Amino acid sequence: MMNDTRMEFQTMEQPMAAEQMRNDTLKMTARDVDVFYGAKQALFGVNLDINNNEVTALIGPSGCGKSTFLRCLNRMNDTIDIARIEGEIKLDDQDIYDRKIDVVELRARVGMVFQKPNPFPKSIYENVAYGPRIHGLARNRTELDDIVVTSLRKASLYEEVKDRLDEPGTGLSGGQQQRLCIARTIAVNPEVILMDEPCSALDPIATARIEELIDELRENFCIVIVTHSMQQAARVSQRTAFFHLGKLVEHGETQEIFTNPRDQRTHDYITGRFG
Amino acid sequence: MQEHIVTSFDAELKDLSAKLGRMGGLAERQLSDSVLALSRQDEPLALATIRSDDAIDRLEMDVEESAIVLIAKRQPMAADLREIVTGIKIASDLERIGDLAKNIAKRVVAIRGEMQPKRIMTGVEHMSRLAMAQLHDVLDAFTRRDVEMALDVWNRDSEIDAMYNSIFRELLTYMMEDPRNISLCTHLLFAAKNVERIGDHSTNIAENVHFLVKGQLIGADRPKQDSTSFANVEPPMDDDD
Repeated sequence: MMNDTRMEFQTMEQPMAAEQMRNDTLKMTARDVDVFYGAKQALFGVNLDINNNEVTALIGPSGCGKSTFLRCLNRMNDTIDIARIEGEIKLDDQDIYDRKIDVVELRARVGMVFQKPNPFPKSIYENVAYGPRIHGLARNRTELDDIVVTSLRKASLYEEVKDRLDEPGTGLSGGQQQRLCIARTIAVNPEVILMDEPCSALDPIATARIEELIDELRENFCIVIVTHSMQQAARVSQRTAFFHLGKLVEHGETQEIFTNPRDQRTHDYITGRFG
Repeated sequence: MQEHIVTSFDAELKDLSAKLGRMGGLAERQLSDSVLALSRQDEPLALATIRSDDAIDRLEMDVEESAIVLIAKRQPMAADLREIVTGIKIASDLERIGDLAKNIAKRVVAIRGEMQPKRIMTGVEHMSRLAMAQLHDVLDAFTRRDVEMALDVWNRDSEIDAMYNSIFRELLTYMMEDPRNISLCTHLLFAAKNVERIGDHSTNIAENVHFLVKGQLIGADRPKQDSTSFANVEPPMDDDD
Protein backbone atom coordinates (compact mmCIF):
# COMPACT_ATOMS: atom_id res chain seq x y z
CA MET A 1 0.00 0.00 0.00
CA MET A 2 2.69 2.42 1.11
CA ASN A 3 4.84 1.08 -1.68
CA ASP A 4 2.23 1.96 -4.30
CA THR A 5 1.81 5.55 -3.18
CA ARG A 6 5.54 6.08 -3.11
CA MET A 7 6.02 4.80 -6.66
CA GLU A 8 3.13 6.81 -7.91
CA PHE A 9 4.65 9.86 -6.29
CA GLN A 10 7.99 9.21 -7.97
CA THR A 11 6.60 8.87 -11.44
CA MET A 12 4.16 11.74 -11.18
CA GLU A 13 6.59 14.30 -9.86
CA GLN A 14 7.70 16.59 -12.68
CA PRO A 15 7.41 14.07 -15.50
CA MET A 16 9.09 16.41 -18.00
CA ALA A 17 12.22 16.95 -15.94
CA ALA A 18 12.48 13.27 -15.10
CA GLU A 19 12.17 12.30 -18.76
CA GLN A 20 14.80 14.83 -19.71
CA MET A 21 17.22 13.51 -17.13
CA ARG A 22 16.61 9.96 -18.29
CA ASN A 23 17.48 10.77 -21.87
CA ASP A 24 20.62 12.58 -20.84
CA THR A 25 22.00 9.73 -18.82
CA LEU A 26 20.73 6.69 -20.70
CA LYS A 27 23.68 4.84 -22.28
CA MET A 28 22.45 1.44 -23.35
CA THR A 29 19.00 -0.02 -23.72
CA ALA A 30 17.92 -3.63 -24.16
CA ARG A 31 14.45 -4.35 -25.50
CA ASP A 32 12.84 -7.79 -25.60
CA VAL A 33 16.17 -9.55 -25.78
CA ASP A 34 15.97 -13.32 -26.31
CA VAL A 35 19.10 -15.43 -26.58
CA PHE A 36 19.23 -19.02 -27.79
CA TYR A 37 22.10 -21.45 -27.61
CA GLY A 38 21.00 -23.87 -30.33
CA ALA A 39 17.51 -24.97 -29.33
CA LYS A 40 17.93 -23.93 -25.73
CA GLN A 41 16.66 -20.47 -24.81
CA ALA A 42 18.97 -18.72 -22.33
CA LEU A 43 17.32 -15.29 -22.07
CA PHE A 44 13.64 -14.43 -22.21
CA GLY A 45 12.48 -10.95 -23.22
CA VAL A 46 14.97 -8.91 -21.20
CA ASN A 47 14.29 -5.17 -20.99
CA LEU A 48 16.91 -3.11 -19.24
CA ASP A 49 18.04 0.51 -19.28
CA ILE A 50 21.67 1.16 -18.39
CA ASN A 51 22.62 4.66 -17.30
CA ASN A 52 25.82 6.49 -18.00
CA ASN A 53 28.16 7.27 -15.09
CA GLU A 54 26.56 4.55 -13.08
CA VAL A 55 27.53 1.04 -12.10
CA THR A 56 24.85 -1.48 -12.92
CA ALA A 57 25.27 -4.83 -11.18
CA LEU A 58 23.81 -8.01 -12.66
CA ILE A 59 23.19 -10.64 -10.01
CA GLY A 60 21.54 -14.04 -9.89
CA PRO A 61 22.29 -17.71 -9.34
CA SER A 62 24.59 -19.62 -11.71
CA GLY A 63 23.02 -20.21 -15.11
CA CYS A 64 20.47 -17.41 -14.69
CA GLY A 65 21.62 -15.63 -17.86
CA LYS A 66 23.42 -12.65 -16.35
CA SER A 67 26.73 -13.37 -18.10
CA THR A 68 24.91 -14.17 -21.32
CA PHE A 69 23.23 -10.79 -21.12
CA LEU A 70 26.52 -9.03 -20.37
CA ARG A 71 28.10 -10.67 -23.41
CA CYS A 72 25.24 -9.44 -25.59
CA LEU A 73 26.22 -5.86 -24.80
CA ASN A 74 29.40 -6.00 -26.88
CA ARG A 75 28.44 -8.92 -29.11
CA MET A 76 30.79 -11.38 -27.46
CA ASN A 77 28.12 -13.98 -28.11
CA ASP A 78 28.92 -13.63 -31.84
CA THR A 79 31.96 -15.77 -31.13
CA ILE A 80 29.71 -18.68 -30.17
CA ASP A 81 28.44 -20.35 -33.34
CA ILE A 82 25.19 -21.68 -31.97
CA ALA A 83 24.25 -18.47 -30.17
CA ARG A 84 21.38 -16.48 -31.67
CA ILE A 85 20.01 -13.22 -30.35
CA GLU A 86 16.64 -11.55 -30.96
CA GLY A 87 15.36 -8.18 -29.83
CA GLU A 88 17.19 -4.91 -29.82
CA ILE A 89 20.21 -3.54 -27.98
CA LYS A 90 21.16 0.08 -28.46
CA LEU A 91 24.30 1.98 -27.55
CA ASP A 92 23.23 5.61 -27.39
CA ASP A 93 20.72 5.48 -30.24
CA GLN A 94 22.55 2.98 -32.38
CA ASP A 95 21.42 -0.63 -32.78
CA ILE A 96 24.60 -2.59 -32.04
CA TYR A 97 23.33 -5.61 -33.99
CA ASP A 98 22.91 -3.51 -37.12
CA ARG A 99 24.72 -5.04 -40.15
CA LYS A 100 26.63 -1.81 -40.67
CA ILE A 101 28.25 -1.98 -37.24
CA ASP A 102 31.93 -2.89 -37.15
CA VAL A 103 32.21 -5.35 -34.28
CA VAL A 104 35.86 -4.55 -33.59
CA GLU A 105 35.02 -0.87 -33.25
CA LEU A 106 32.01 -1.72 -31.09
CA ARG A 107 34.22 -3.68 -28.70
CA ALA A 108 36.54 -0.71 -28.43
CA ARG A 109 33.55 1.40 -27.39
CA VAL A 110 32.21 -1.32 -25.12
CA GLY A 111 35.24 -2.87 -23.44
CA MET A 112 35.33 -5.96 -21.31
CA VAL A 113 37.22 -7.22 -18.26
CA PHE A 114 37.05 -10.92 -17.55
CA GLN A 115 36.87 -13.09 -14.48
CA LYS A 116 40.44 -14.32 -14.72
CA PRO A 117 43.04 -11.65 -15.39
CA ASN A 118 44.33 -12.41 -18.89
CA PRO A 119 47.23 -10.12 -19.75
CA PHE A 120 48.98 -10.77 -23.06
CA PRO A 121 52.34 -12.55 -22.66
CA LYS A 122 54.08 -9.25 -23.35
CA SER A 123 55.46 -6.36 -21.34
CA ILE A 124 53.26 -4.24 -19.09
CA TYR A 125 53.72 -1.37 -21.56
CA GLU A 126 52.75 -3.46 -24.56
CA ASN A 127 49.67 -4.80 -22.83
CA VAL A 128 48.29 -1.28 -22.60
CA ALA A 129 49.76 0.03 -25.87
CA TYR A 130 48.39 -2.79 -28.01
CA GLY A 131 44.82 -1.51 -28.30
CA PRO A 132 45.59 2.15 -29.02
CA ARG A 133 48.14 1.05 -31.62
CA ILE A 134 45.80 -1.19 -33.62
CA HIS A 135 43.01 1.37 -33.38
CA GLY A 136 45.40 4.11 -34.51
CA LEU A 137 44.80 6.29 -31.47
CA ALA A 138 48.41 7.53 -31.24
CA ARG A 139 50.33 9.34 -33.99
CA ASN A 140 53.74 8.86 -32.44
CA ARG A 141 55.64 7.27 -29.60
CA THR A 142 55.13 10.24 -27.25
CA GLU A 143 51.37 10.11 -27.65
CA LEU A 144 51.41 6.36 -27.10
CA ASP A 145 53.52 6.80 -23.96
CA ASP A 146 50.97 9.33 -22.76
CA ILE A 147 48.06 6.98 -23.31
CA VAL A 148 49.88 4.13 -21.53
CA VAL A 149 50.75 6.24 -18.50
CA THR A 150 47.30 7.83 -18.27
CA SER A 151 45.57 4.49 -18.58
CA LEU A 152 47.79 2.92 -15.92
CA ARG A 153 47.10 5.91 -13.68
CA LYS A 154 43.35 5.65 -14.19
CA ALA A 155 43.58 1.97 -13.32
CA SER A 156 45.47 2.88 -10.11
CA LEU A 157 48.41 0.75 -11.19
CA TYR A 158 50.97 3.26 -12.42
CA GLU A 159 52.71 3.92 -9.10
CA GLU A 160 53.26 0.21 -8.59
CA VAL A 161 54.71 -0.53 -12.04
CA LYS A 162 56.26 2.71 -13.31
CA ASP A 163 59.83 1.40 -12.86
CA ARG A 164 59.24 -1.88 -14.64
CA LEU A 165 57.06 -1.17 -17.66
CA ASP A 166 59.24 -3.50 -19.73
CA GLU A 167 58.71 -6.48 -17.50
CA PRO A 168 56.11 -9.07 -18.53
CA GLY A 169 52.53 -8.35 -17.45
CA THR A 170 52.16 -11.96 -16.44
CA GLY A 171 54.71 -11.40 -13.67
CA LEU A 172 52.38 -9.14 -11.70
CA SER A 173 50.20 -10.31 -8.81
CA GLY A 174 46.62 -11.36 -9.57
CA GLY A 175 45.14 -8.05 -8.45
CA GLN A 176 47.74 -6.06 -10.39
CA GLN A 177 47.11 -8.19 -13.48
CA GLN A 178 43.40 -7.44 -13.22
CA ARG A 179 44.13 -3.71 -12.95
CA LEU A 180 46.45 -4.07 -15.94
CA CYS A 181 43.53 -5.58 -17.86
CA ILE A 182 41.37 -2.65 -16.78
CA ALA A 183 44.12 -0.23 -17.96
CA ARG A 184 44.21 -2.12 -21.27
CA THR A 185 40.44 -1.71 -21.59
CA ILE A 186 40.54 1.99 -20.71
CA ALA A 187 43.41 2.66 -23.17
CA VAL A 188 41.15 2.52 -26.22
CA ASN A 189 38.80 5.15 -24.77
CA PRO A 190 35.68 3.04 -24.29
CA GLU A 191 32.31 4.44 -23.28
CA VAL A 192 31.09 1.35 -21.51
CA ILE A 193 33.11 -1.15 -19.48
CA LEU A 194 31.69 -4.63 -18.96
CA MET A 195 33.11 -6.64 -16.07
CA ASP A 196 32.43 -10.32 -15.70
CA GLU A 197 33.13 -11.23 -12.07
CA PRO A 198 36.32 -9.17 -12.07
CA CYS A 199 37.21 -9.98 -8.46
CA SER A 200 36.33 -13.62 -8.14
CA ALA A 201 39.95 -14.71 -8.56
CA LEU A 202 41.33 -12.05 -6.21
CA ASP A 203 42.03 -11.83 -2.47
CA PRO A 204 40.04 -9.36 -0.31
CA ILE A 205 42.67 -6.59 -0.46
CA ALA A 206 43.00 -6.78 -4.25
CA THR A 207 39.19 -6.92 -4.42
CA ALA A 208 38.93 -3.74 -2.34
CA ARG A 209 41.36 -2.00 -4.70
CA ILE A 210 39.31 -2.99 -7.73
CA GLU A 211 36.10 -1.86 -6.04
CA GLU A 212 37.67 1.48 -5.21
CA LEU A 213 38.79 1.72 -8.83
CA ILE A 214 35.30 0.90 -10.13
CA ASP A 215 33.91 3.73 -8.04
CA GLU A 216 36.46 6.15 -9.52
CA LEU A 217 35.90 4.96 -13.09
CA ARG A 218 32.17 5.57 -12.78
CA GLU A 219 32.83 9.27 -13.19
CA ASN A 220 33.93 8.80 -16.79
CA PHE A 221 32.39 5.54 -17.90
CA CYS A 222 29.24 3.50 -17.86
CA ILE A 223 29.98 0.25 -16.04
CA VAL A 224 28.11 -3.04 -16.04
CA ILE A 225 29.36 -5.69 -13.66
CA VAL A 226 28.37 -9.31 -13.17
CA THR A 227 29.12 -10.47 -9.67
CA HIS A 228 28.37 -13.45 -7.48
CA SER A 229 29.04 -11.44 -4.37
CA MET A 230 25.87 -9.78 -3.18
CA GLN A 231 27.91 -7.61 -0.85
CA GLN A 232 30.02 -6.45 -3.76
CA ALA A 233 26.94 -5.57 -5.79
CA ALA A 234 25.57 -3.67 -2.82
CA ARG A 235 28.86 -1.83 -2.35
CA VAL A 236 29.83 -0.83 -5.88
CA SER A 237 26.64 -0.41 -7.86
CA GLN A 238 23.95 2.23 -8.07
CA ARG A 239 21.51 -0.05 -9.85
CA THR A 240 21.04 -3.76 -9.58
CA ALA A 241 19.30 -6.20 -11.88
CA PHE A 242 18.34 -9.63 -10.60
CA PHE A 243 18.17 -12.45 -13.15
CA HIS A 244 16.58 -15.84 -12.59
CA LEU A 245 16.04 -18.68 -15.07
CA GLY A 246 16.83 -16.41 -18.01
CA LYS A 247 14.41 -13.68 -17.01
CA LEU A 248 15.06 -10.26 -15.56
CA VAL A 249 13.06 -10.52 -12.35
CA GLU A 250 13.68 -7.15 -10.79
CA HIS A 251 15.67 -4.05 -11.56
CA GLY A 252 16.04 -0.92 -9.51
CA GLU A 253 18.14 1.20 -7.24
CA THR A 254 20.68 -0.95 -5.44
CA GLN A 255 19.72 0.37 -2.04
CA GLU A 256 16.10 -0.55 -2.67
CA ILE A 257 16.94 -4.02 -4.00
CA PHE A 258 19.07 -4.94 -1.02
CA THR A 259 16.93 -3.46 1.72
CA ASN A 260 13.43 -3.90 0.44
CA PRO A 261 13.14 -5.92 -2.78
CA ARG A 262 9.68 -6.12 -4.31
CA ASP A 263 9.87 -9.63 -5.72
CA GLN A 264 9.89 -12.63 -3.40
CA ARG A 265 12.45 -14.41 -5.62
CA THR A 266 14.85 -11.49 -5.32
CA HIS A 267 14.34 -11.47 -1.59
CA ASP A 268 14.95 -15.19 -1.24
CA TYR A 269 18.10 -14.98 -3.35
CA ILE A 270 19.76 -12.03 -1.67
CA THR A 271 19.00 -13.30 1.82
CA GLY A 272 20.41 -16.73 1.03
CA ARG A 273 17.15 -18.65 0.94
CA PHE A 274 17.23 -19.93 -2.61
CA GLY A 275 16.54 -23.65 -2.59
CA MET B 1 9.19 -17.51 5.03
CA GLN B 2 11.46 -20.01 3.34
CA GLU B 3 14.44 -21.12 5.40
CA HIS B 4 18.02 -20.08 4.74
CA ILE B 5 20.34 -22.45 2.95
CA VAL B 6 22.64 -22.06 5.96
CA THR B 7 20.46 -23.48 8.73
CA SER B 8 22.57 -22.07 11.57
CA PHE B 9 21.62 -18.58 10.32
CA ASP B 10 17.96 -19.44 10.92
CA ALA B 11 18.81 -20.84 14.33
CA GLU B 12 20.60 -17.62 15.29
CA LEU B 13 17.71 -15.46 14.12
CA LYS B 14 15.28 -17.61 16.07
CA ASP B 15 17.48 -17.28 19.13
CA LEU B 16 17.45 -13.48 18.77
CA SER B 17 13.68 -13.53 18.45
CA ALA B 18 13.36 -15.75 21.53
CA LYS B 19 15.49 -13.37 23.60
CA LEU B 20 13.30 -10.43 22.53
CA GLY B 21 10.24 -12.46 23.47
CA ARG B 22 11.69 -13.06 26.94
CA MET B 23 12.53 -9.36 27.28
CA GLY B 24 8.99 -8.40 26.28
CA GLY B 25 7.55 -10.78 28.86
CA LEU B 26 9.79 -9.38 31.57
CA ALA B 27 9.00 -5.76 30.66
CA GLU B 28 5.26 -6.47 30.82
CA ARG B 29 5.70 -8.14 34.17
CA GLN B 30 7.78 -5.22 35.48
CA LEU B 31 5.13 -2.72 34.46
CA SER B 32 2.19 -4.63 35.91
CA ASP B 33 4.05 -5.36 39.16
CA SER B 34 5.10 -1.75 39.65
CA VAL B 35 1.58 -0.49 39.01
CA LEU B 36 0.14 -3.13 41.32
CA ALA B 37 2.64 -2.19 44.00
CA LEU B 38 1.66 1.46 43.59
CA SER B 39 -2.07 0.94 43.88
CA ARG B 40 -1.78 -1.54 46.77
CA GLN B 41 1.07 0.22 48.51
CA ASP B 42 2.88 -3.10 48.40
CA GLU B 43 6.43 -2.22 49.37
CA PRO B 44 7.92 -5.73 49.20
CA LEU B 45 6.56 -6.12 45.67
CA ALA B 46 7.98 -2.70 44.76
CA LEU B 47 11.42 -3.69 46.06
CA ALA B 48 11.29 -6.99 44.18
CA THR B 49 10.38 -5.10 41.02
CA ILE B 50 13.33 -2.75 41.44
CA ARG B 51 15.67 -5.71 41.84
CA SER B 52 14.39 -7.65 38.85
CA ASP B 53 15.14 -4.83 36.40
CA ASP B 54 18.68 -6.24 36.17
CA ALA B 55 17.42 -9.25 34.25
CA ILE B 56 16.07 -7.02 31.45
CA ASP B 57 19.31 -5.04 31.30
CA ARG B 58 21.32 -8.22 30.93
CA LEU B 59 19.02 -9.52 28.20
CA GLU B 60 19.38 -6.26 26.30
CA MET B 61 23.16 -6.59 26.27
CA ASP B 62 22.73 -10.18 25.20
CA VAL B 63 20.46 -9.18 22.31
CA GLU B 64 22.89 -6.48 21.23
CA GLU B 65 25.81 -8.86 21.25
CA SER B 66 23.96 -11.54 19.27
CA ALA B 67 22.82 -8.91 16.76
CA ILE B 68 26.35 -7.60 16.22
CA VAL B 69 27.73 -11.10 15.78
CA LEU B 70 24.94 -11.86 13.30
CA ILE B 71 25.73 -8.77 11.24
CA ALA B 72 29.45 -9.49 11.24
CA LYS B 73 29.05 -13.15 10.42
CA ARG B 74 26.14 -13.23 7.99
CA GLN B 75 26.09 -9.81 6.31
CA PRO B 76 22.30 -9.93 6.36
CA MET B 77 20.22 -8.35 3.61
CA ALA B 78 16.65 -7.11 3.24
CA ALA B 79 14.20 -8.67 5.72
CA ASP B 80 17.00 -10.36 7.66
CA LEU B 81 18.80 -7.07 8.11
CA ARG B 82 15.58 -5.38 9.22
CA GLU B 83 14.92 -8.21 11.64
CA ILE B 84 18.27 -7.66 13.32
CA VAL B 85 18.27 -3.86 13.30
CA THR B 86 14.72 -3.61 14.64
CA GLY B 87 15.68 -6.28 17.17
CA ILE B 88 18.36 -3.99 18.58
CA LYS B 89 15.98 -1.03 18.66
CA ILE B 90 13.10 -2.94 20.23
CA ALA B 91 15.47 -4.34 22.87
CA SER B 92 16.50 -0.82 23.79
CA ASP B 93 12.84 0.30 24.05
CA LEU B 94 12.07 -2.68 26.27
CA GLU B 95 15.07 -1.92 28.45
CA ARG B 96 13.83 1.64 28.88
CA ILE B 97 10.36 0.38 29.74
CA GLY B 98 11.99 -1.74 32.44
CA ASP B 99 13.81 1.32 33.80
CA LEU B 100 10.63 3.41 33.84
CA ALA B 101 8.73 0.64 35.63
CA LYS B 102 11.56 0.53 38.15
CA ASN B 103 11.14 4.28 38.67
CA ILE B 104 7.43 3.80 39.35
CA ALA B 105 8.31 1.13 41.91
CA LYS B 106 10.73 3.55 43.58
CA ARG B 107 7.87 6.04 44.04
CA VAL B 108 5.99 3.40 46.01
CA VAL B 109 8.82 3.41 48.56
CA ALA B 110 8.98 7.20 48.50
CA ILE B 111 5.31 7.79 49.29
CA ARG B 112 5.24 5.20 52.08
CA GLY B 113 3.26 6.52 55.05
CA GLU B 114 1.61 9.33 53.10
CA MET B 115 -2.12 9.58 53.30
CA GLN B 116 -3.39 8.21 49.99
CA PRO B 117 -7.01 9.02 49.23
CA LYS B 118 -8.39 6.57 46.64
CA ARG B 119 -9.71 9.26 44.34
CA ILE B 120 -6.22 10.72 43.92
CA MET B 121 -4.81 7.35 42.84
CA THR B 122 -7.54 6.45 40.33
CA GLY B 123 -6.29 8.47 37.40
CA VAL B 124 -2.77 7.02 37.45
CA GLU B 125 -4.13 3.49 37.81
CA HIS B 126 -6.43 3.94 34.87
CA MET B 127 -3.65 5.38 32.73
CA SER B 128 -1.37 2.49 33.68
CA ARG B 129 -3.97 -0.01 32.53
CA LEU B 130 -4.02 1.69 29.13
CA ALA B 131 -0.21 1.59 28.92
CA MET B 132 -0.19 -2.09 29.87
CA ALA B 133 -2.73 -2.87 27.15
CA GLN B 134 -0.60 -0.94 24.65
CA LEU B 135 2.56 -2.80 25.58
CA HIS B 136 0.78 -6.13 25.50
CA ASP B 137 -0.73 -5.44 22.07
CA VAL B 138 2.47 -4.16 20.52
CA LEU B 139 4.41 -7.19 21.72
CA ASP B 140 1.69 -9.37 20.20
CA ALA B 141 1.95 -7.39 16.97
CA PHE B 142 5.72 -7.95 17.00
CA THR B 143 5.41 -11.68 17.57
CA ARG B 144 2.81 -12.03 14.83
CA ARG B 145 4.46 -9.50 12.51
CA ASP B 146 1.03 -7.86 12.38
CA VAL B 147 1.25 -4.36 10.88
CA GLU B 148 -2.43 -3.53 11.34
CA MET B 149 -2.23 -4.30 15.01
CA ALA B 150 0.96 -2.25 15.34
CA LEU B 151 -0.68 0.71 13.60
CA ASP B 152 -3.59 0.41 15.97
CA VAL B 153 -1.23 0.73 18.94
CA TRP B 154 0.53 3.60 17.23
CA ASN B 155 -2.73 5.50 16.81
CA ARG B 156 -3.89 4.84 20.37
CA ASP B 157 -0.89 6.52 22.01
CA SER B 158 -2.74 9.83 21.89
CA GLU B 159 -5.23 8.41 24.42
CA ILE B 160 -2.46 7.96 26.96
CA ASP B 161 -1.14 11.43 26.24
CA ALA B 162 -4.60 12.94 26.66
CA MET B 163 -5.06 11.10 29.91
CA TYR B 164 -1.69 12.30 31.14
CA ASN B 165 -2.76 15.89 30.46
CA SER B 166 -5.92 15.47 32.47
CA ILE B 167 -4.10 13.75 35.35
CA PHE B 168 -1.58 16.59 35.37
CA ARG B 169 -4.36 19.14 35.81
CA GLU B 170 -6.26 16.99 38.25
CA LEU B 171 -3.24 16.50 40.51
CA LEU B 172 -2.52 20.24 40.43
CA THR B 173 -6.02 20.92 41.73
CA TYR B 174 -5.54 18.43 44.58
CA MET B 175 -2.35 20.19 45.51
CA MET B 176 -4.09 23.53 45.52
CA GLU B 177 -6.95 22.12 47.58
CA ASP B 178 -4.69 20.89 50.32
CA PRO B 179 -0.91 21.43 50.60
CA ARG B 180 -0.65 18.12 52.46
CA ASN B 181 -1.30 16.45 49.07
CA ILE B 182 1.72 18.05 47.45
CA SER B 183 4.25 15.36 48.27
CA LEU B 184 2.02 12.50 47.18
CA CYS B 185 0.75 14.28 44.10
CA THR B 186 4.25 15.19 42.94
CA HIS B 187 5.34 11.58 43.21
CA LEU B 188 2.22 10.47 41.40
CA LEU B 189 2.88 13.06 38.72
CA PHE B 190 6.32 11.56 38.13
CA ALA B 191 4.80 8.08 38.10
CA ALA B 192 2.25 9.27 35.56
CA LYS B 193 5.03 10.77 33.43
CA ASN B 194 6.84 7.43 33.54
CA VAL B 195 3.70 5.67 32.37
CA GLU B 196 3.32 8.19 29.58
CA ARG B 197 6.93 7.52 28.50
CA ILE B 198 6.24 3.79 28.51
CA GLY B 199 3.40 4.52 26.09
CA ASP B 200 5.89 6.33 23.85
CA HIS B 201 8.23 3.34 23.87
CA SER B 202 5.36 1.06 22.89
CA THR B 203 4.74 3.44 20.01
CA ASN B 204 8.41 3.18 19.03
CA ILE B 205 8.09 -0.58 18.99
CA ALA B 206 4.97 -0.26 16.82
CA GLU B 207 6.97 1.86 14.35
CA ASN B 208 9.68 -0.78 14.30
CA VAL B 209 7.19 -3.55 13.64
CA HIS B 210 5.91 -1.52 10.70
CA PHE B 211 9.44 -1.07 9.35
CA LEU B 212 10.28 -4.71 9.95
CA VAL B 213 7.32 -5.97 7.94
CA LYS B 214 6.96 -3.28 5.27
CA GLY B 215 10.55 -2.13 4.87
CA GLN B 216 9.36 1.45 5.15
CA LEU B 217 9.07 3.94 7.94
CA ILE B 218 5.64 5.08 9.07
CA GLY B 219 5.08 8.21 7.06
CA ALA B 220 2.93 10.53 9.10
CA ASP B 221 3.97 12.23 12.31
CA ARG B 222 3.22 10.35 15.44
CA PRO B 223 -0.05 11.41 17.09
CA LYS B 224 1.11 13.43 20.07
CA GLN B 225 -1.07 15.14 22.59
CA ASP B 226 1.10 15.69 25.63
CA SER B 227 0.73 19.45 26.08
CA THR B 228 1.67 19.63 29.76
CA SER B 229 4.93 21.38 28.97
CA PHE B 230 2.77 24.38 28.14
CA ALA B 231 0.15 23.88 30.86
CA ASN B 232 -0.47 26.49 33.48
CA VAL B 233 -2.91 26.58 36.36
CA GLU B 234 -4.07 29.81 37.98
CA PRO B 235 -3.87 29.89 41.80
CA PRO B 236 -7.29 30.30 43.55
CA MET B 237 -8.22 33.97 44.03
CA ASP B 238 -8.69 35.36 47.50
CA ASP B 239 -12.15 36.84 47.81
CA ASP B 240 -11.27 39.00 50.83
CA ASP B 241 -9.86 42.04 49.11
